[in-house]
Amino acid sequence: MKSWQKHLGLVLPLLVVAGVVLWPIITDNVSARESAFTILKAIALASSLNILLGYTGYVSFGHIVFYGFGGYVGLYFVNDHGWSIWAGMLAGGIASGILAFLLGKAILRLRGAYFALATIGINEAMKAFANNFDLFGGPIGMVLNFSVYKAYGGAAEALKMTFYIMAGLTFAALLISHFVRSSKFGLGLLAIRENEDAAEVMGVIAPNAKTWAYVLSAIIPGMVGVLFFFKNGHVEPPVAFPLHSSIELLVMVMLGGQGTVLGPILGAFAYQGMRGYLVTSDFFKDIQLSVSGVVLLLIVLFIPAGAIGWLRHRIPVLRRVLA
Amino acid sequence: MTVLLSVQGVTKRFGGLQALTKVTFDLPEGQILGLIGPNGAGKTTLFNAINGVYPPEEGHIIFRGQEVTRAKTYTMARMGLARTHQIVQPLNELTVLENVMVGACFGQENHSLSNAYGIAEEVLEFVGLGIRSEQLAASLNVAQKKRLEMARALASRPKLLLLDEVLAGLNSSEIGNMVETVKKIRERGITIIMIEHVMKAVMNVSDRILVLDYGQQIAEGTPEEISQNEKVIEAYLGDPKLAEKLLKEE
Repeated sequence: MKSWQKHLGLVLPLLVVAGVVLWPIITDNVSARESAFTILKAIALASSLNILLGYTGYVSFGHIVFYGFGGYVGLYFVNDHGWSIWAGMLAGGIASGILAFLLGKAILRLRGAYFALATIGINEAMKAFANNFDLFGGPIGMVLNFSVYKAYGGAAEALKMTFYIMAGLTFAALLISHFVRSSKFGLGLLAIRENEDAAEVMGVIAPNAKTWAYVLSAIIPGMVGVLFFFKNGHVEPPVAFPLHSSIELLVMVMLGGQGTVLGPILGAFAYQGMRGYLVTSDFFKDIQLSVSGVVLLLIVLFIPAGAIGWLRHRIPVLRRVLA
Repeated sequence: MTVLLSVQGVTKRFGGLQALTKVTFDLPEGQILGLIGPNGAGKTTLFNAINGVYPPEEGHIIFRGQEVTRAKTYTMARMGLARTHQIVQPLNELTVLENVMVGACFGQENHSLSNAYGIAEEVLEFVGLGIRSEQLAASLNVAQKKRLEMARALASRPKLLLLDEVLAGLNSSEIGNMVETVKKIRERGITIIMIEHVMKAVMNVSDRILVLDYGQQIAEGTPEEISQNEKVIEAYLGDPKLAEKLLKEE
């Protein structure tokens, strides 16, 4: 394969994300910027989850734990120790990475449903921990001292800045997703997904590869958590560790197509679009999560490979472009 | 002649079942060793003990001069051991080419992706799957999947290749092709242990044969010696004249 062909699959994902980033900038509309922020956040989280779910084949039901934990750690340093948002994000990303490394050593030996159950348990355990940990404010959580925003030119400017940082994180998530997919490491992950025992017989050191995939899938969510809580100005346990958000992430990845770079991006985009419609509609606003459940059910029953997987299967010519 | 693999007194139990009892043999480099025996004799278990799927309870396995009795499967792969599975284990949602690239990337030579691409193309030509390289592995038929197993194993450029019933389930013309492929592999200087039920083929290809029955090693020798060994005839072939007849057919 020529080296430029290998990166052909990156074109569409970049275009889609660039479109989402440019939309509020061109229209110069604050509410569009908020919508775009939400979509970018979903794309970054779904793309990260895809490294574990789509490439390695391990279903993590509690992936949001890395977002919450990293966010807590980062915000703590920003709020209590006067660190800049950059240092805070770095701390959040590293903290989530280390958590994933330790968890990976402990629970990645579980397979299938057992691993999925363990990840739910960890999310709930972490929520209970945050509820009882005084340094993180216990059940009240932490409220950001608004004077922190001054360093960035006031609250309005700081909010604007978070949008650009979010855009940067989304591009980073995208590039990580693509380079893992097209690397030798990624081929090892795909082999594990298809048949872990056979992969090991061929020399893939599965315990290590899985742990690093888990770590890679945790770092960006940790950083996104810090950024989001910084933007929100506060964090509390139910906001940081919402189990339903974990499931929404799964729906996004499955909807777009697990194991592809473009799939989670389109899935996140479509899901956020649908959610935006549902929560504002009179009829659906209280039952929007049930609609998500039905969507997940339909995907699993009828297009288990997701939209992109379905297209790739139907039109093999597209395989190069729809990586 | 250097000994590539030495199996010394290997014993494996599954609960109350004695799957292997003190199996002992040396395999010199460059030879083909046929491993035969009735169903349930412990042939595949011996493969699993050698490549680390089930570590044996007793005994030692020495590969390329190193003690590897309890080594993991991936460690064995990286040391130059490759195997095929009796029940094929394709990576279904990857293409045929990607399947073979996994073998090349993570085998003993630890190739980069671009080198692996070249090796995979070459190996797929060699086993006759060249035109299928862009297909998904799931879409192959059984004979092709057996060739894919072989290609993956070969792509790792192994020192020792364990072939587990690569002929089972193939029709007679496919068997002929596969036997030719095995001979060509030997010409490349790869040492082989093959489990096989197709007597004609295994007698024809092997330098030496080891016979297992109920986990016991009941005979070892050249194909001629084995075909005349009374114990083997009794335990395995039933009819004392059958082995001679099979050899003559060839």
